[in-house]
Amino acid sequence: MKMIIVGCGKIGASIISSLVGEGNDVVAVDSSPSVIEEIGNVYDVMCVCGNGADTETLEEAGVSKADLFVAVTNSDELNMLACFVAERMGAKHTIARIRNPEYNDKSLDFLSKQLGLTVSVNPEWMAAKELFNVLKLPAAVNIESFSGGNLEMVELRLKQESILDGLSLIELRRKYKAQYLICAVQRGEEVYIPDGNFVLKSGDKIGITASGSEIQKLFKMLGLDQKSAKSVMILGASRTAYYLAKRLLNSGNRVVVIDKDERICRAFAEELPDAVVICGDGTQQELLLEEGLGSVDAFVALTGLDELNILISIFAMSQNVPKVISKVNRNELAIIADKLGLECIVSPKKTVSDILARYARAINNSQGINSIETLYRLMDGSVEALEFNVSKDFKGLKTPLKDMQLKRNMLIAGIVRGRKAIIPGGMDEILAGDRVIVIVSGNQVIDLDDILE
Amino acid sequence: MNRKMVFYMFGRIGQIAALLLLLPAVVAIIYGEYKQLWAFLITAAGAVAAGTAISLLCRTKNKVIYAKEGFAIVSLAWICMSVVGAMPFTLSGEIPSYIDAIFETVSGFTTTGASILRDVEALSYSMLFWRSFTHWVGGMGVLVFVMAIVSNMTDRSIHLMRAEMPGPTVGKLVPRGRDTAKILYLIYIVMTVVQIIMLWVGDMNLYESIVHTFGTAGTGGFGIKADSIGGYSSYSQMVIAVFMLLFGVNFNLFYLVIIGRFKSVLKSTELWTYLGIVAVAVVSITVNILPLCGGVGDAFRQAFFQTSSIMTTTGYSTVNFDLWPSFSKGILMLLMCFGACAGSTAGGLKISRVVILFKLFLGEIRRMLHPRSVSSVKFEGKAVDKQTLDSVAVYFAVYVFCIIAAFLAISFEPFGFETNFSAVLATFNNIGPGFGAVGPFGGFADYSGFSKIIFSFAMLLGRLEIFPLIIALSPSTWRKNR
Repeated sequence: MKMIIVGCGKIGASIISSLVGEGNDVVAVDSSPSVIEEIGNVYDVMCVCGNGADTETLEEAGVSKADLFVAVTNSDELNMLACFVAERMGAKHTIARIRNPEYNDKSLDFLSKQLGLTVSVNPEWMAAKELFNVLKLPAAVNIESFSGGNLEMVELRLKQESILDGLSLIELRRKYKAQYLICAVQRGEEVYIPDGNFVLKSGDKIGITASGSEIQKLFKMLGLDQKSAKSVMILGASRTAYYLAKRLLNSGNRVVVIDKDERICRAFAEELPDAVVICGDGTQQELLLEEGLGSVDAFVALTGLDELNILISIFAMSQNVPKVISKVNRNELAIIADKLGLECIVSPKKTVSDILARYARAINNSQGINSIETLYRLMDGSVEALEFNVSKDFKGLKTPLKDMQLKRNMLIAGIVRGRKAIIPGGMDEILAGDRVIVIVSGNQVIDLDDILE
Repeated sequence: MNRKMVFYMFGRIGQIAALLLLLPAVVAIIYGEYKQLWAFLITAAGAVAAGTAISLLCRTKNKVIYAKEGFAIVSLAWICMSVVGAMPFTLSGEIPSYIDAIFETVSGFTTTGASILRDVEALSYSMLFWRSFTHWVGGMGVLVFVMAIVSNMTDRSIHLMRAEMPGPTVGKLVPRGRDTAKILYLIYIVMTVVQIIMLWVGDMNLYESIVHTFGTAGTGGFGIKADSIGGYSSYSQMVIAVFMLLFGVNFNLFYLVIIGRFKSVLKSTELWTYLGIVAVAVVSITVNILPLCGGVGDAFRQAFFQTSSIMTTTGYSTVNFDLWPSFSKGILMLLMCFGACAGSTAGGLKISRVVILFKLFLGEIRRMLHPRSVSSVKFEGKAVDKQTLDSVAVYFAVYVFCIIAAFLAISFEPFGFETNFSAVLATFNNIGPGFGAVGPFGGFADYSGFSKIIFSFAMLLGRLEIFPLIIALSPSTWRKNR
């Protein structure tokens, strides 16, 4: 698979890392020689220095034979133009990052069609969506949904002296008869795909698949908070903050937004008149307390500076805010933040590289039969959750799961038939037309047939 | 410093060296040279055992290498190949002194072609084959070879390539380093095979064609006759002359031809400068040596062969050019320093550096005339960035220092200025023969052991373009990671 990435900033580098890791031939294009040299030093890619919308540069990058063309420079307009030119020059699929809210309303469809875009990605919008989901269920670390919300995957950390401590998965199932499956466990640095004899411990981060209502029951049983966050304080009036505040306000929550820049605050207030917009320095603890940090249900730090987000979040935690989320873009910092006890980290670039990895595999599998519907990377990227459409040619049709020879470190975590979510047991079978959720660690799966021995 | 990874790669190189030794072993079997066969097999067994042991001991999960690890790996690899490659010569007793054997092997791998042998025709077939085969391996590079055959080494293998491939900047042909290495070797192998066939249909037998092709492909210059190529027909001489020129061209251009981008090839500044210099040199030498030769045709053939041989730093000869007039010798000495194109198998400064240096010089003059003028140096149609310009200028300075230092180190020898100086140029630029006592029909046999070590080091410095070796030898590089 030949792919071209234009723009090698934070998002670009993360995409390159993910695509090279999957074994694709990647050409990186950037207009800055120093950026492109650094990329060439770190990743096994070909580097072209130049303007991504310039035909000569694109020709040098080999655009006519490219299967996937991704434009993620920081200018929306350049991304659109680059994709347009690339498509005309023969690139098979083009993906542009378009994040200006003005382009992302009704005009987006028209633009995409005219430019021949395969898809447009808006990392900030996606990050806001993810944040919104977590704020709906504050006790979870992370929530991903499959097949339009029929099945959800929740990551949560077991508290000290959790009632699940010391329980093996078989006992757990027998004792609570609940319809959910623990499909991944992170303990320290190690990640396990557990079998029935796996014993849980306090402090584990576990991934659970279940339908929405079952998750509510489970949280009740674990004594976790089920109420969604009603009042939210957001630091930094960034694009992500805009999308998040809009969603929160639409579902009737209270939102306070704090930013230093008066011009940005004014624009924000014009767009979202229902939000309380405070123009002030969010690093001043006094200001945060004055605006009611002590009484909000959740605090979200969304400034452009990872370090600032982490520090202010720690302060918010010390004020006993029930849910604190900070945006961290750099992986190294995310790991450190995790060690400091900050649990919820939403990074837009991770969301985008997940989506691109799915696209790359879907294109790779264009002759394949069982198409990938969604792909999430869980537990800091070491585990993948994939959703497949099962075709009638799947090799494991109508075999009870207990007889199916799966490869190591794989697990079928859920089956969605029609609108019904099935948490599979040994006797369940996969039928054509189902959607199957597979949890995989350390392997690359392109087709559903890949999971079989 | 990721020492484990460096030594792991070092071990793997030992295994590769053993693998390469099997080829001359086959030749030894064909010619029934059993004493030599044992020498190859014992060396190969030792290299496999040591290499496997080291790579097993130094297995590590952390495969990340940075620039300094790249330099260290490449330097160690070349030293390792030379030490192992010299063993068979001494074990079989054909070159009794190990220092001599080291000199000969380094001269082989660095594609120099300088020899300490007094009578090359006395060596056995398999040893001569091994001697020439080292040229072929060293030409394209040991690490590039490793990259091509070892799967999925590391993301940062570009550091290895950069440390080994000659030229001011190194670009990939295709996104993946491994595929790039494969393509380079494929082009190399195809050109080698074509040349073998073309020589074979002439007056050389298969063995001679293969050995001489290895010497040409790596731009090395080890022959198997006392008079180098002089004894063969003018057809063979012309084939070798043309192929020497071809192997001196940047291999990226061949790739561009294969994928059909002729326009980019025709626009290459380096290629045209290279061919231009060759043309001017050939015409001047032809006119200059006309009185010594039997006619214009003869003079042209000899001028063309010698120019091509010296410019591409090969070092084959058809006549004793030491007897030529000073003007012709002067031109040849200049060509020795220029070398051929970057990204080829040749040594020397490289044409691209010469062009950039010349443009820097012009720019400096303009700046003196118009102190406020702003200018940029363009090469291959693109502006060269400041960093590359600096590194080219610094490289040239260090290059001159190294030559002076090597010249001083060997000046105790009882030879004249011309011999000593040309000997340093000939080894440092990986050419082989110089003038005077080390001329095309002379050799390095009379130098002392100390000087031979200096020469060996100079050859390695020249092949790896100075910096990798210096970096690998500086203690701060080896500071351990906690």
